[in-house]
Amino acid sequence: MMFAAATLAIIVTMALAIVRAIRGPTVFDRAQAGNTTGTMAVMLLAVIGFLNGRPEFLDLAIVYGLLNLVGTIAVLKFFRYGDLGDPGEGEPPRQP
Amino acid sequence: MSAALDLASWTALAAGGFFCLVGGIGLLRMPDFYTRVHAASVAETLGVGLMLLGLMLQSGFTLSTVKLAIIGLLFLFTSPAATNALAKAGMSRGIQPLLASREHESSKR
Repeated sequence: MMFAAATLAIIVTMALAIVRAIRGPTVFDRAQAGNTTGTMAVMLLAVIGFLNGRPEFLDLAIVYGLLNLVGTIAVLKFFRYGDLGDPGEGEPPRQP
Repeated sequence: MSAALDLASWTALAAGGFFCLVGGIGLLRMPDFYTRVHAASVAETLGVGLMLLGLMLQSGFTLSTVKLAIIGLLFLFTSPAATNALAKAGMSRGIQPLLASREHESSKR
């Protein structure tokens, strides 16, 4: 029963994060909302894995947590430097 | 003994869910970007940590407890990295934090 309550809390938090993603004025609010949604997805996997008595969901949660970080960092790098391949702060980006 | 464990894990799960909600609500109601990053990290650290603790108590000494500990370690390292990257990206793109204006002095002084 308590797993259902925890799952409900996670789903409501995801909904709040999605509302922030829609309303967020700046693109970084949306990146933050994406990061929170990813974290809550990891937790949802873990709790639902326990709810159905299937422990292999935890492996999915670990992989999804790692992917979530890589995705957030890539999005941030793109919006900060304009493109993903920028060699450094000062130098001009290398010609393709 | 197992009743005490169940009770402890249920309270940890409930507290984790509560903090997730607090973080989610904070994500919506906070005035500017940097306070929202803080609110989201509240949910990410406390909410997730307590829930993982609750699940660990439920599973006892099995492989899934090790996996839950690995997920906890994963969040221990990735959550600050993501939050730092977010704040630096926001700052470098010129998002100014909402500071207290001069007229109404802060209560600390």
